[in-house]
Amino acid sequence: MEKTVNQKAWFLVLPVLILVAFSAVIPLMTVVNYSVQDTFGNNQFFWAGLEWFAEMLESERMWNALGRQLMFSAIILAIEIPLGIYVALHMPKSGFWSSFCLVLMSLPLLIPWNVVGTIWQIFGRVDIGLLGYTLDALGISYNYTQDTLDAWITIIVMDVWHWTSLVALLAFAGLKSIPDAYYQAAKIDQASRWKVFRFIELPKMMGVLMIAILLRFMDSFMIYTEPFVVTGGGPGNATTLLSIDLVKMALGQFDLGPAAAFSIMYFLVILLVSWVFYTVMTNLDKQEG
Amino acid sequence: MDWMAWTWPTAIFFMVIASLLITFTILAIKFPETPRTGILRIETTRGDRLFITLLGSAFINLAWLGLVGANQPYALIVCLIYAAAVFRWV
Repeated sequence: MEKTVNQKAWFLVLPVLILVAFSAVIPLMTVVNYSVQDTFGNNQFFWAGLEWFAEMLESERMWNALGRQLMFSAIILAIEIPLGIYVALHMPKSGFWSSFCLVLMSLPLLIPWNVVGTIWQIFGRVDIGLLGYTLDALGISYNYTQDTLDAWITIIVMDVWHWTSLVALLAFAGLKSIPDAYYQAAKIDQASRWKVFRFIELPKMMGVLMIAILLRFMDSFMIYTEPFVVTGGGPGNATTLLSIDLVKMALGQFDLGPAAAFSIMYFLVILLVSWVFYTVMTNLDKQEG
Repeated sequence: MDWMAWTWPTAIFFMVIASLLITFTILAIKFPETPRTGILRIETTRGDRLFITLLGSAFINLAWLGLVGANQPYALIVCLIYAAAVFRWV
């Protein structure tokens, strides 16, 4: 059915717009202003044009950080999404144990980022941490402060521990919304467990899974606190992800111009990805509806 | 507003974007439209197409800066062609 769009309702969101203006738009405008100027402090600025953008586009440091960032996001998505679905499929569907599992699953989500970082930082230490000490006692050499692979494994396992529950809870909600009739029909057709999953559960979960992928991608793409607390971006630059690098540049070296140019490009990538996911999601909704 | 470190080019940049948004808001109120489906196979309104145009233009400018590296204003011509294409076919 064709219907016209009435955009007048947008005036009702004006209060939010004003709020967002102060929390996001004005800071963003300031960043744009910084990105075309150079400063030596004292609030004095000198015109630099597009110099910082050109410098950042050629900067090996930024491309390396972007590469590490994409690798991190890809790895955690590849683990968390299937694992979350697997957990959701095996959770009790109703009764006391269902509620118990739900509460248990949401616990990691309630812990603040820096606390998660601190937990894992201590957990992995060879001298006092349970994980580090146990691995050491078993004769496995493990040191996340010196070994690149160990550092990566630690921050990935930490992220998986922290966020798989979110995927599982979303997938569980998707599973719960499937009417029994579908399963009964599958049973009449003698569909195998795999076919039930492939042709009933997975398509019905698609909407929430898209949300899960979007949330996890965005969150992991902007991750700062946890790896910063655990590894501080080290050893060397091995776990220096985009935002850690950005903060180092902006606050550590006080290179406001390059950092501003860097963050605008970072912002554009995030905007693009969000838009793609949003469009895919709304189109999925329309197809279902 | 000193702390925001304004310059004329950035001020003009934001004024252009703001006036585009205002124009499209007025257009949307005065002439309500039906979303249409274009080559991206997604439903878009004028506002969506403006968003796609602006976001794409940002990337076109960055690509020009990274690959060509000189005569940046010419990138705006590419952006205009891109904008026309988006409004015609997306």
